[in-house]
Amino acid sequence: MAQETEKVIQDIDEVTIRFAGDSGDGMQLTGSQFTDTTAVVGNDLSTLPDFPAEIRAPAGSLSGVSGFQLHFSNSDIQTPGDSPDVLVAMNPAALKVNLRDLKDNATIIVNTNSFELKNLKLAKFDSNPLEDGSLSKYNLIPVPLTQLTMSALEDLPLSMKEKEKCKNFFALGIMYWMYNRPIEVTLKWLEGKFKKKPEIMEANKRVLQAGYNYGDTTEIFTTRYDVKPAKLPKGVYRNVSGNEAAALGFITASLKSGLPLFLGSYPITPASEILQELSKYKDYGVTTFQAEDEISGICSAIGAAFAGSIGLTSTSGPGLSLKTEALGLAVMTELPLVVIDVQRGGPSTGLPTKTEQADLLQAMFGRHGEAPLAVICASSPADCFFMAIEAVRIALKFMTPVILLSDGYLAFGSEPLKIPKLEELPEINIKFRTGVEGFYPYLRDENLVRPWAIPGTPGLEHRIGGLEKKDIYGSISYEPENHEIMIDKRRKKIDNIKNIIPELVVEGEQEGELLVLSWGSTYGSIKEAMRNVKAKGYKASHAHLRYINPFPKNLAEVLGKFKKVLLPELNTGQMAFLIKSQFMVDVIQLNKYQGQPFKISEIENKIIEVLGGNNGK
Amino acid sequence: MENKIDEVVADVKYTAKDFSSGLEVKWCPGCGDYSILAQVQRQSPDFGEKKENIVWISGIGCSSRFPYYMNSYGFHTIHGRAAAIATGVKLANQKLQVWVATGDGDMLSIGGNHFIHACRKNVNLKIVMFNNRIYGLTKGQYSPTSEKGKITKSSPYGTVDWPFNAIKVATGSGATFVARTLDRDPKHLQDMISRAAKHNGLAFIEVYQNCPIFNDGAFFPLTEKETKPDNVVYLEHGKPLVFGVNKEKGIMLDGLNPVIIDLNDGKHSINDCFVHDEFDENPTRVFLLARFTDLPGFPTPIGVFRQFNKATYDGDYALQIANVKAQKGIGTYEKLMYSSNTWEVN
Ligand code: SF4
Repeated sequence: MAQETEKVIQDIDEVTIRFAGDSGDGMQLTGSQFTDTTAVVGNDLSTLPDFPAEIRAPAGSLSGVSGFQLHFSNSDIQTPGDSPDVLVAMNPAALKVNLRDLKDNATIIVNTNSFELKNLKLAKFDSNPLEDGSLSKYNLIPVPLTQLTMSALEDLPLSMKEKEKCKNFFALGIMYWMYNRPIEVTLKWLEGKFKKKPEIMEANKRVLQAGYNYGDTTEIFTTRYDVKPAKLPKGVYRNVSGNEAAALGFITASLKSGLPLFLGSYPITPASEILQELSKYKDYGVTTFQAEDEISGICSAIGAAFAGSIGLTSTSGPGLSLKTEALGLAVMTELPLVVIDVQRGGPSTGLPTKTEQADLLQAMFGRHGEAPLAVICASSPADCFFMAIEAVRIALKFMTPVILLSDGYLAFGSEPLKIPKLEELPEINIKFRTGVEGFYPYLRDENLVRPWAIPGTPGLEHRIGGLEKKDIYGSISYEPENHEIMIDKRRKKIDNIKNIIPELVVEGEQEGELLVLSWGSTYGSIKEAMRNVKAKGYKASHAHLRYINPFPKNLAEVLGKFKKVLLPELNTGQMAFLIKSQFMVDVIQLNKYQGQPFKISEIENKIIEVLGGNNGK
Repeated sequence: MENKIDEVVADVKYTAKDFSSGLEVKWCPGCGDYSILAQVQRQSPDFGEKKENIVWISGIGCSSRFPYYMNSYGFHTIHGRAAAIATGVKLANQKLQVWVATGDGDMLSIGGNHFIHACRKNVNLKIVMFNNRIYGLTKGQYSPTSEKGKITKSSPYGTVDWPFNAIKVATGSGATFVARTLDRDPKHLQDMISRAAKHNGLAFIEVYQNCPIFNDGAFFPLTEKETKPDNVVYLEHGKPLVFGVNKEKGIMLDGLNPVIIDLNDGKHSINDCFVHDEFDENPTRVFLLARFTDLPGFPTPIGVFRQFNKATYDGDYALQIANVKAQKGIGTYEKLMYSSNTWEVN
């Protein structure tokens, strides 16, 4: 590595990189390896994969392009970045699809070997963009990735196809060199992953190293960059995706409460990873029941809750629709239950791999009869961890179903989670009813919560069910007044949750001209937009909702302190509908429904527009 | 009427009365469900389970009122979903003995998917399906077991559907205990209930049940003294299939086809008869027997069609959890959170 010193290392604050290729090119893997290494280096980061709904669209086609975007920085960041500084394009289609998102002077590293006639045609290029000058505003770095990979592996006894498959690691090696990252994290990963296939392990290791050396030795790369570790709050961190964080949160809630976790679930994009993730944790006594359908997923969880477990079911919009009848049963029988809905573009099959916040009203109202339940939402991938614990805490404390809203953006995106100490997390103290004296299945406590008396408890044998219950006694009742009493009590019980959730926090001035009110996964882009407008001298405040039903106690008060309320959300205005109808506040909406998260700039521009442009400073 | 709350009865010998919730039973007068309830309550003391460990889960329909009348833990759920909810109960607490009370509509129509998958997985549940071949609670529409051509409120010109044969469905789906019995044969019904209670694995009992209001007499040829001997053949392990007032008729196999033989015609003897083997794991035998109800002149088989042991879903699940715990040690928060790449910021 003698030449290494000849190349300049330049310090930069942040970078956004996008890896893109065919769905078979291993781009998600390449991206997640770069992410793991970057996390270990100590940068703050945020990632977003973007992959097609089809498992294998035709190779080289535009619809088959899979991408992984990573934003990392030496300071606190909240989003995977609006537009990439660097694009690694494994084929013409990947270049074509991603070009429009790039910054003007972005760096593009392309695999020149894939720019042959067939692939150019598939990508609908009339001429070869590497030769026709159309990329002149970019810093184009052509690398014969396939060829270099093959020659690095010449002497290994692998098939051509197996060798060719390693080319993503050549690209990864180049990127590691370019951003001054160690390759050891990935080497270690390869050793674990291919323990049983030593030739494949060797091949990938060799190609990774070759890519790194290529950056080092060839003339085409002149500059390396360094992004120093971020000055994050002290502590131990790990990188988590939203789905992974939710799974960890649910297990933590099980440890906190001492109750076993039971997941009943049917695979559905983008929620399946929660099922997959939880199925690994048998050593925590987690039961994952892969049910025959969505209905059985929730029903088995209700059964488990009846028997004393934490009942959980994971799904996405279409699955939530199938579960709604059973949710009515859980409301009626007042059993604790958590539903995590990882929202995707709808209706129907819609955009299964894309993000949207359009299940909000379904979560609030999508049931027969008067069936209120708790609704909360997560605001970032790492926040899924905390909100999963909150969902369990509320469900158990209030004997109620809780819907936790996540979405595709949070589920697949990732960021560092500062690992909290177990004792820093909220307590979940649950006592089953055991005393026979004075036991009535629907005798409520001061919060209007009924006792949880589980099968196996001597002397408390009782029957519950979906028919209307007689107040206190829980037997069947068709009395008109009783029905009204019970509807009121079920509603008031949910309302009482207000008393155990945090108040809404306003960031910035506590009163003034404009409040940006948001909920769910839009947190990151809005937070960064707020930072930018503040830097430009505008005055606006931000409040982010994590509790939706009930809303935090002080929401009305907060809304009253601002002249204008701007509500950005990834739907046609569902939260706006709730706020308008509950608080009679006229909100200004910013809606986007393209299956994509907000860009920071979109929010920024809207805030400035609402504040009256330059005059709003 | 309030839910009756009991004092703790420590290790006392229960009687049938201990299993009555005291709630006024509200089936129509003469309904076959009364007999099923009475036989279950009579047998419950012999289940060898403490009352608090018995759970009755039901769906929706006349039959699904059942848990309200049993003084055990009970859950009257939603239409068709009893098997799914019961599966969750059993997986959450293996010590419980979990029973499902259901009907032909509840289990074979809206709940069909849950039923076949519970059978397939061999979940340790005991499913008692009251088959009256009609929708009672909704007042008289045809059900998935109604015979083809049946005239009901929703089929004034007769149904054009072929019915399900519950024994075939359960067997085809992998149930490891499959039986049929009659509401009007209390002794036999009791016997089937206690055998199901002892079975380790999914037990399915189809009870032919009379609905005097909407399908009166549907099973009378099988249950009434005059006609029963010619129309019912009792399945008993190791015994030849014989029926008739004087057991003068037998069933013989001609290839894979059953034929009725006259044991007094001088040409046939009891040795020619098909001998029942309920432990045969090969489902062919069950399908052969289950087909009798489709063949004119053949008696309806009553009794245990098959019974054998196979690993249960809940048993294997518990085993897997125990194995992983033994291998990895019991999970802790530290192990959970620090298991992947972590880094420290100072
Ligand atoms: S309708 Fe039929 S099945 Fe239902 S309770 Fe009445 S008699 Fe029994």
